[in-house]
Amino acid sequence: MFLFILRRTLASVVVLLLSSVLMFWLTVNSGDPLADLRGSNADNAQQLMDARVATMNLDLPWYERYWMWLDGVAGCFTGSCDFGVNRSGQDVLFLTGLAAQSTLRLVTAATLIAIVVGVALGILTAIRQYSGFDYGVTFAAFLFFSLPVFWAAVLLKEFGAIRFNDWIAGGQLGPVTILLLAAVIAVALPAVLGGTTRRKVVTGGATFAFVVVVLFLFNLLDWYRNPISGPFTALVAAGGAAVLVTAVVAGIRNRRALYAALTTAVVGVIAYAVLAFTPLLADPSWLGLFGLFVVAIAVSLVIGRLWGGYNKKQVMLVTGVTGALTSLIVVADILIGYWARFLGLKSRPISTIGAQTPNFTGDFWERLIDYGTQLILPTALLALVSIATHSRFTRSSMLEVLNQDYVRTARAKGLSEREVVVKHAFRNSLIPITTIVAFDFAALIGGAVITETVFGWQGMGQLFITGLRQVDPAPVMAFFLVTGTAVVVMNLLADLAYASLDPRIRR
Amino acid sequence: MSESPKSGAGSDALLAADQELVPEAKSYSANQIVLRRFLRHRGAIAAMVVMAVVIVVAFSSIGVGAIPGWWDKDITTAYDKIGTGAPTWEHPFGQDTIGKDYFALTMRGTQISLFIAFGVGIISTLIGTLIGAIAGYFRGIVDSLLMRLTDVVIIIPLLAIAAVLARMSEGDLNLLILALGVLVWTSLARLVRGEVLSLRERDFVMAARAVGTSPGRIIVRHILPNTVGVITVSATLTIATAILLETSLSFLGFGVQAPDVSLGSLISDYQGAFLSRPWLFWWPGLMILAIALSVNFIGDGLRDAFDPRQTSTKE
Repeated sequence: MFLFILRRTLASVVVLLLSSVLMFWLTVNSGDPLADLRGSNADNAQQLMDARVATMNLDLPWYERYWMWLDGVAGCFTGSCDFGVNRSGQDVLFLTGLAAQSTLRLVTAATLIAIVVGVALGILTAIRQYSGFDYGVTFAAFLFFSLPVFWAAVLLKEFGAIRFNDWIAGGQLGPVTILLLAAVIAVALPAVLGGTTRRKVVTGGATFAFVVVVLFLFNLLDWYRNPISGPFTALVAAGGAAVLVTAVVAGIRNRRALYAALTTAVVGVIAYAVLAFTPLLADPSWLGLFGLFVVAIAVSLVIGRLWGGYNKKQVMLVTGVTGALTSLIVVADILIGYWARFLGLKSRPISTIGAQTPNFTGDFWERLIDYGTQLILPTALLALVSIATHSRFTRSSMLEVLNQDYVRTARAKGLSEREVVVKHAFRNSLIPITTIVAFDFAALIGGAVITETVFGWQGMGQLFITGLRQVDPAPVMAFFLVTGTAVVVMNLLADLAYASLDPRIRR
Repeated sequence: MSESPKSGAGSDALLAADQELVPEAKSYSANQIVLRRFLRHRGAIAAMVVMAVVIVVAFSSIGVGAIPGWWDKDITTAYDKIGTGAPTWEHPFGQDTIGKDYFALTMRGTQISLFIAFGVGIISTLIGTLIGAIAGYFRGIVDSLLMRLTDVVIIIPLLAIAAVLARMSEGDLNLLILALGVLVWTSLARLVRGEVLSLRERDFVMAARAVGTSPGRIIVRHILPNTVGVITVSATLTIATAILLETSLSFLGFGVQAPDVSLGSLISDYQGAFLSRPWLFWWPGLMILAIALSVNFIGDGLRDAFDPRQTSTKE
C-alpha cells in the first residue's frame, strides 16, 4: 500500500515537472513581453526596455530562464523558496501567498458545499428514479452546467445582491411571495419523500399551511432584520439534527443511538449557554474556536461510548456527527444573533466586489459575517456547477450499485431500505465519486479564474491573467504550481480514500 | 466491482436486441435499436429540434460569406437608433450603443461560436480516438508514454492552458480552433483506451490477427466500430465544453478578437449594459444556454441509446 502511494506520487511529480516545462515554454512564446514599451512614445522607452530585459532576463534563452525558475522553486525543499519576480520586480512568492489565501477560501467553501449538496441530491434522485423530483433535478443539473459562468454572475449580482439589499432594507415578504414560496416547498418536499398520491397531497397541504404561517410570523417579528437567536433556538435545531442523524445512520428504532445523540445535542447547547458569557465564545480567535470544536467532538465520542452498549462504533459515529453538527448550529446561532448589529454597521450586506469590505471594523463575529457576505455569491456560483456534476455522477453511480446482486441479497434477507441504501449501496458508490471530487477540485481552481474576474477578487486568477497579458512567466508559473500541486495532492487523497473504502486495494 | 468485464457497445446493443425481440416479435438491427431508443428520449428530441432551429436561423438569416441571407441588415452598419435601441419590429433583438442591429450581431456570434464548437469537437475526437486506440491496442511502453502525455495535459487547468494557446493564436479563428482542439481530447482518450483494452482480447480480434491483418486495419475496421457509442457521446459533450470554453476565453479577452464577434465577446463587450440596455446582455447569453443545453440533452439521449444498462431499470 505504502509502495503503491509512493509510486503514484513519484509518477505525479514527474508529470508535474513535464507540464511545468510545457507551460513555461508556451507562456514565454505566447507574445511579446515588450509590446507595450515598443508602442510607447516616452523618451526613456529604450531605458525602460533595457531595465525590463534585465529584470526578466530576456537576453537568456527560455530554457536557461526555466532552469533559474526551477532552481528557485526547488529551494522550497531546503527552506528558501524563490518564485522569481514579476516584470515590475515584485516578489511573486509574496503575491502568491496573498492570492492563494483568498482563492483557497473560495474554492474550499465551494467544494465542501458542492460535495454535501451534490452527493445528497444524487442519492435522493437515484432512490426516486424517474419521479418528478428526479426529472426536476436532472433538468436543473443540465441547466447549471450549460450556464456560461460570467453570464450567470451578472444575474446573481443583480438578483442576489442588489435586489436583496434593497429588500433587506424593509425586510418584509409580500403575501404573493409567501404563497409562492410555500407552494414551491409544498410541491418539492412530498416529491422527495415519495409515497402514494394521497400521502403526497396530505404532506403537501400540511407543509403549505405550516410554511405560510411561519413566514407570516417572521414578517410580524421583523425576523429578517432582527432574528431571534439564543440557546433555546439552538436547542430546537440541535435536537432536530440529532434525530435526523440517528434516523439516517442507525435508524430511529435504535433507542440507544437516539438517546446518545439527544444527550450530545443537549450537552452541546448547555456548553454554549455557559460559554457565551466567557471570552472563549464572546470574542474568540480562530485557534480558540478550533480548540472548542476538537473538545466538542471528543466529548461527543465519549458520550457515544458511554451510551454505546453492544454497538459502540455505530453509536459513536452518530454522536460524533451530531456533535459536529451541533457545533455548526451554535456558530450559526451566534452569527444570527449578530445579524442585526451587522446590518447596523453595513446597511447593504451582500457585496458584489472584493474579498472583504474595505475599512470594515468590528469584532470577530462581525468580521466573520462580513467574510461570509462577501463569499456567498462567488461561492454559490462556483458550487452550482459542481453540484450539478456531483449530483449526476452520484446518481448514476448509485443506480449502478443498486442494480448489483449483493443489494438484492441485502433486500432479500430483510434489511430495511435505510440499511440497504446507507450501508450497502452508498458506501460502494462512494468509490467512483471520490475520483470525480478530486478531479473537480482542480477544475474549480481553474473555474475560479472567471469567478474572481467577475467579482473583482485579488486571487490566483488575477495573478494568472495579468501575468499572461504581460507575457510574464513568473506569476503564470506560480498559478500553475499551486493548481498543479493541488491536483497531485487531491489525487493522492483520492488514492488514500480508495484504500479505506475498498479493502481489495489495501494489500 | 464484481461485475463481468465490460463488453463493447456493439455486443451490448445485440444483447438488447435479444431482449427487445420478444415483445415486439420483429427484428431490428443494432443501429435501428439505438435509433429507436434515442427517439424515445423526449428531452433529446426536443433538444435536436432546438439545435436545428438555432443552426438554420443562424446561418440562413445573415448568410455565410458571400451568400446573402434573408435578413436585410448587416453587422457593420450603424442604423438610425429607434428610441433607446430597445427591441422593436425593425430590430427584434434591439440595437447596440451606436445603433448596430443586434439580431445580426447575435446571429454572427452564434455562427462563430457554433463553428468553433464543432471544429473543436471534430479535432479533439480525432486526436482522442487515435491516442486512446493506439495506447490501448499496443499497450506496454507506447501505452505508458501516451497516458503520461495525457496526464501532462490534464494536470494544467483547462482554462489556463487554453488561455495561453488562445493568446498565441492572436485572433486567427482556425488557429483558435486548433488550439482548443489539441486540449480537450484527454477524457475521450482515456475512455477509448479502456474500451480498446477489453476489445483487443476478444475472439474476433484474434481471428483478424490470425489471418494476418495489419494492426492499423484491425483498429480501424474491427475495434473502433465497436466503440462508436463511447465516441459519439463524448464528442457531443466535447462540443458543449468547447462552446463554454470559447465563450469564457472571449470573455477574458483571449478568444475571438474584434472586429469579429462570438457570443462570449458580445456578453463581455456589453456586460456593463445590464441595467441600461438589458437586451444586449440577455440575447447572447440565452443563445449560449440554448446551444449548450441542447447539446447536453442530445448527449444524454445518445448515452441512454447506446448503453442499455441506463434504461433497463425503468419499470
